[in-house]
Amino acid sequence: MSQRKSLAALAVVALALTACGGGTTKSDTAGENTAAPASTAGKADPNAPLKEGLKIAYLPKQLNNPYTDVEVGGGKVAVGEIKGEYKLVGPNDASASSQVSYINTLIQQQQDVIVVAANDPNAVCPSLNQARKAGIKVVTFDSDASKACRDAFINQATTQGIGESLVKMASELAGGSGEIAILSATPNATNQNSWIKVMQTELAKPENAKLKLVKIAYGNDDDQKSFTEAQGLLQSYPNLKVIVSPTTVGIAAASRYVSASSYKGKVAITGLGLPNQMRQYVKDGTVKKFALWNPADIGYLAAFAGAALSSGQITGAEGEKFKAGKLGEYTVGADGEIVLGPPTEFTATNIDDFNF
Amino acid sequence: MSAELTATRGARLANWNVAIIAITVIVLIVAAATVDSFGTSRNFGFLVLDLLPIALVALPMTLVIVTGEIDLSVASTLGLSSAVMGYLWNANQPIETIIPVCLLLGAVLGAVNGFFVTVLGLPSLAVTIGTFALYRGLAFVVLGDGAVADFPALYTDWVTGTIGGTAIPNVLIIIVVLAVVFGVILHATPVGRAVFAVGASEQAARFAGIRPGRLKFWLYVASGLVAGLAGVLWTLRYSSARADNGAGLELAVVAAVLLGGVSIFGGKGALPGVIAGVVLLGSLQNALRLSDVSNEALNVVTGVLLIVSVLAPNLARSVLQRRRT
Repeated sequence: MSQRKSLAALAVVALALTACGGGTTKSDTAGENTAAPASTAGKADPNAPLKEGLKIAYLPKQLNNPYTDVEVGGGKVAVGEIKGEYKLVGPNDASASSQVSYINTLIQQQQDVIVVAANDPNAVCPSLNQARKAGIKVVTFDSDASKACRDAFINQATTQGIGESLVKMASELAGGSGEIAILSATPNATNQNSWIKVMQTELAKPENAKLKLVKIAYGNDDDQKSFTEAQGLLQSYPNLKVIVSPTTVGIAAASRYVSASSYKGKVAITGLGLPNQMRQYVKDGTVKKFALWNPADIGYLAAFAGAALSSGQITGAEGEKFKAGKLGEYTVGADGEIVLGPPTEFTATNIDDFNF
Repeated sequence: MSAELTATRGARLANWNVAIIAITVIVLIVAAATVDSFGTSRNFGFLVLDLLPIALVALPMTLVIVTGEIDLSVASTLGLSSAVMGYLWNANQPIETIIPVCLLLGAVLGAVNGFFVTVLGLPSLAVTIGTFALYRGLAFVVLGDGAVADFPALYTDWVTGTIGGTAIPNVLIIIVVLAVVFGVILHATPVGRAVFAVGASEQAARFAGIRPGRLKFWLYVASGLVAGLAGVLWTLRYSSARADNGAGLELAVVAAVLLGGVSIFGGKGALPGVIAGVVLLGSLQNALRLSDVSNEALNVVTGVLLIVSVLAPNLARSVLQRRRT
């Protein structure tokens, strides 16, 4: 049959195109990708003036997410203060690959700074390094990209600090013992996973021995999925005392479910949430306390860090200092990390002081 | 089928092909002239990489749709191929073994579709919606929610790199070779004539000595194979093997094929038009994005374009018929 021959020939062509060379395995190439290109050559000049008219583009994980809106809102304010050009782009889905097209677009548009929250720490790497080769400074926030492909990372709080504070709140709400569950975002979200890891270490300590983590559920930062996952947790674990949701979408969805169910008052919800979204659940008693840094400050700090990089005040090396407007002076930590500060706890008494 | 009718049909097809190619060329020229940095060599590279999976998968999809069938499982096949690639890489298998395995896997997944459609005679829409969910599900079973990222730089650099010092991306070779192969098969071989014959009338084709079942089976195998290859290239391009890779791609592919003038009812279509359709969709999105058009507006434009592409040939036909009577 000639059609079979043609298709077989096609298969051979396709095979021949890709299969060439001798065996390359994971262990052969281990370490190959970890070598960071020292693209930020040159020395930092702390006294260099902050450049005006810098084009600073924000690329969050996805658009139309209330938390992200507040973050980039802070960025917009800061870009205004340093007389730069602010731009916001991003995909509607939090997929890894869709950000790459946007990074490519920003390279083409010759931005000075890209402030990005990576959906996948590695998938965005080749594009980000292309951007850096083109002279663009890359600042990550929210969810870091690989160290090898960005200049600085704005850490909202240390991973350790957040993990500890989440376990502390859970323990207080559970009265020191009982079953707790975590409702996370996507299973490969860098930030979520590093917090959960710290939580697990904290829970393994003797003082938390009576707290039992029964399940980590994933709501994918999707309201409906998070709602269903919260429902599922409560049905599967009737003795559950606390749901800890370190994501604003998850904590709001879980609170909404609990506040309208028979679990209200019996199961506590805590985690990381936005005061405006959580206000009604704090007022109706569903939520006693939750925590968060001020997301607007993250976007704000990112703009100043990007501008400082672009102006040559810092290079992203440990120990360099720069001024970030109203937030004061910051010092670059190890691996280019810039820590915003400790998270704030919100309760019925202070929630009305915050509007974001 | 009278000679006259064949001639007018041929003319109309040629017209749509010419029209879509002309529209594509106009869009490219206008974009290059009006959109800053659209016409640069670097942007060309980005554009080709963005188009790569759609262009590849659209080739066998064209043949499948011309026979009057459809394959909606391609993006899930891509995802499963990517997931298996990551799994095997983590299991310390050599990449030179993994790549052929992923291609073979794609072919097998295509054969499963082909088996259900041709041997059991089930409707391809239902079958491939089923395997669309099944293959994506299996991808998550294989790799879970994690991502594998540390593929060898030799391979990832080749996929994102260009030929020598030119601005021509390496992967363009793959697209061109496969486009030529599929173009020749469809338009210059008995297999291609059989594809059109089956799409026009399966019964008539059978009377003419063609075995539609066997033909369709192998087209599904080809579709799966190319989707498997697209999965490998996707993984290397993003240096990231994930179970959710390529989600939603099947709609972009079907959109490009229909935009390229292929009839969803089968029997009509040409590969040059499809390639123009792929380039048109891709470059329009690229140009609009460079002009800071929001994602929502981008989706609206794509949607309108699709409806127009389906509407235009039909309108043209009814106008022609009215004039004739």
